[in-house]
Amino acid sequence: MNRRPPLVLAIPAAIAVGLLVLPLVALLQRAPWSSLLDLLTTSTVAEAMRLSLVVSLVATTIGVALGLPLAWLLARVEFPGRAVVRALVLLPMVLPPVVGGTALLFALGRRGLAGQWLDRWFGLTLPFSTTGAVIAATFVAMPFFVLTVEAAIRQSDAGLEDAAATLGATPMAVFRRVTLPLVAPSIAAGAALTWARALGEFGATVAFAGNVPGRTQTLPLATFLALESNPDEAIALSLVLLAVSLVVLVSLRRHWVLR
Amino acid sequence: MTLTAGTTVTVLAVALLAAGCSSDSAPSTDLTVLAASSLTDVYDELAQAFEAAHPDIDVDLQFAGSSRLASLIEEGAPGHVFASADRRTMQRVVDRGEAATDPRPFATNALTLIVPSGNPADVSALGDLARPELLVAQCAVQVPCGAAAAELYASIDLVVEADSFEPNVRAVVTKVELGEVDVGVVYRTDALAASDRVTEVSIDASWVVNEYSVVTLAGAPAEADRLVAFVLSPEGQAILAGHGFGAP
Repeated sequence: MNRRPPLVLAIPAAIAVGLLVLPLVALLQRAPWSSLLDLLTTSTVAEAMRLSLVVSLVATTIGVALGLPLAWLLARVEFPGRAVVRALVLLPMVLPPVVGGTALLFALGRRGLAGQWLDRWFGLTLPFSTTGAVIAATFVAMPFFVLTVEAAIRQSDAGLEDAAATLGATPMAVFRRVTLPLVAPSIAAGAALTWARALGEFGATVAFAGNVPGRTQTLPLATFLALESNPDEAIALSLVLLAVSLVVLVSLRRHWVLR
Repeated sequence: MTLTAGTTVTVLAVALLAAGCSSDSAPSTDLTVLAASSLTDVYDELAQAFEAAHPDIDVDLQFAGSSRLASLIEEGAPGHVFASADRRTMQRVVDRGEAATDPRPFATNALTLIVPSGNPADVSALGDLARPELLVAQCAVQVPCGAAAAELYASIDLVVEADSFEPNVRAVVTKVELGEVDVGVVYRTDALAASDRVTEVSIDASWVVNEYSVVTLAGAPAEADRLVAFVLSPEGQAILAGHGFGAP
């Protein structure tokens, strides 16, 4: 049976698609295709790309290393204040990144809550350093990993874990041999999302780590500044970020679309 | 359900219509002014004074970086008056045929240094910027204040390795205010506006100035020229001077 969608639903839906797609079409239409290669091989752009890769990959690694235990804890362990912790973990996803970056500055800046001791005891200054850019990217991107993996662990069959435990497996063995394989696809999906978010990170980075070419000037920062002086370069950089986003989406489509 | 969706659409349509046609009570003229970010405070005051003198004109101010505004104008954004922070950006708009008149210089702005309160790194002169242990913040060279800083260093053969190139001048002020850097290179107007939070170290850098100019855009009503005239009038110039701008 061929059901015609009611116009009341079809029209707003079409407007929604248009709103989301039109800017991307406009970007492609404006792209300086003939000089694209030249624009993307300047030293500024190459440096920003290299830095973006390093920062986003390190941030993803940290996000997985710290986020996986947290996701497991939130999904499997009843502890007081769990709802509060979960809300705090999600906060960076809804907080404007610039606010997050400013908060990081108050916390880890040279005169920050914890930063002044880092500076005094270890001579460690995080703003304007690549480490600072990694921290900013981790701050905004890690929640995506925790959220994805926590949901997957909660939806996985706890009975299998119980069975393994009754058969004598230690809690750590249960986690490694049962839980992890069960949620492996979600770990991969969460990591990909986290990486994409870290790669696109702008606000927290510019507020906390500043804009230093070669140290904290990632692709989004370079794009933003290029808009001030060289729109063609900005479009070329935007295309790189767009292409990466598409690759991530396509690789995740099994995870989302076919579920 | 259909009824609910239909109601929502109706409400949205009414809201959009209401947003489209604003106050239609008095026969007033709306002027849209596109002005450089560094003019935020002073243009607010200029617009208030102008509206007080011309009750029939409503001034709507839009602030952004000069280059961003020039791009907006080229893309056809509605605007009647454009105030740019530098000559180059103004020339871009004129070359595109978007200006209805010749640009009129109305103010200048020179660079100065700001330090966190107490001046912990003991900065006293422009030459201190070359001290290797000093953390220096300035604007990125892509925006006018960064270009002016680069021009200033070059004019006295000063080699400055800045530690951060902020995307706009207000971000430089913030980094200094929080003590994340020892010194920031900003416009004198920004130093004055933030004088309760940072300390200015006056330098003589008057040979490098940004020249602000204002122009009426093509298709603007006659009232736009009156606003430009007001900015250039003694009253307008007094307001500009009060915010630390130099005479054109």
